[in-house]
Amino acid sequence: MQNNLKIGVLFSRLRVEEKWILSSLESSGVNYDRLDDREITFDLEHPQPWRQYDAVLERSISYTSGLYALRLLNSFGVPTVNSAAVAEICGDKLATSARLSHAGVPQPHVATAFTPEAALQAIESFGYPVVLKPVTGSWGRLLAKVNDREAAEALLEHKATLGSVQHSIFYIQEYIQKPGRDIRAIVIGGRVLTAIYRNAQHWITNTARGGGGELCPVTPEIEGLCLRAAHAVGGGVLGIDLIEHPEKGLLVNEVNHTTEFHTAQPLSGVDIAGEIVTYTLEVARKGMSPAHSKEEVC
Amino acid sequence: MNTVNCTECDAAITLSTGTEVGEIIVCPDCGVDLEVTSLDPAQVSPAPMEQEDWGE
Repeated sequence: MQNNLKIGVLFSRLRVEEKWILSSLESSGVNYDRLDDREITFDLEHPQPWRQYDAVLERSISYTSGLYALRLLNSFGVPTVNSAAVAEICGDKLATSARLSHAGVPQPHVATAFTPEAALQAIESFGYPVVLKPVTGSWGRLLAKVNDREAAEALLEHKATLGSVQHSIFYIQEYIQKPGRDIRAIVIGGRVLTAIYRNAQHWITNTARGGGGELCPVTPEIEGLCLRAAHAVGGGVLGIDLIEHPEKGLLVNEVNHTTEFHTAQPLSGVDIAGEIVTYTLEVARKGMSPAHSKEEVC
Repeated sequence: MNTVNCTECDAAITLSTGTEVGEIIVCPDCGVDLEVTSLDPAQVSPAPMEQEDWGE
């Protein structure tokens, strides 16, 4: 047993990453519970059952459920990986961009607008093509490359009419002619563990969309940029996506707070699951940090 | 050998060693996603549909 620490692992379904994490917990002799987010309840007047955990590792597949669970756990005084504050930033592309911008971390040119008319104006100022992204969401879903004004008008109308109110937070990003790949780096507790190229002929280079992987050397530039990005969002266990811009060089595109690593772990040979467990145990030993008790982050 | 029938097409599916409750498997016959809900006895149910906020 690891100093009698007790860990909760919050999950929705067991992807290969969660299986690796659970296997690492088992082999390390850690006392832990599996917490299926479809079965748990939080009684705000009785937080005691949750306080049995020295830390909870959040691996929910639903950003919303995961975020609310983290908020409640942190309010109960239970440290989490990652903190609610970090999840709040990383789960929202606009909040992430704002943080990166504040920290001076290079990223693609981003603008936002709240009406189709204002969004069209912003798009026209960028020139075509541009990329429209939902502020929340993952796996390359609902990303749109907009090639001309007619497409922009149609897409903005569709988003405003058919989407939830959140789809009217128009996140507009410059289109980058990248070299058929982007980079996913895994950062844990201030260390860049490994990085992979995600190759694809499609402009969306996400392994969840079928993009293939290849090991990417962690150069001093990649390491420095990833650590700056990680620091900007509050640190923890993060998957940082970088884009190679033909003129601007490396840019931080996204920061993921429940990062998948089904491609990175076997390719790199790095025991990412084991590193996540080690980091979670560290957090459990240290207890609540200022990041955990921060209510609002943006 | 732990076998189960697909809820969609009734194909017999053998659960590989190390399969865990909560894991998603794909029916080799019809391709539907199935969630393993029990190992003893082996049971599966249709996996939840992907939601807008799912991901990493």
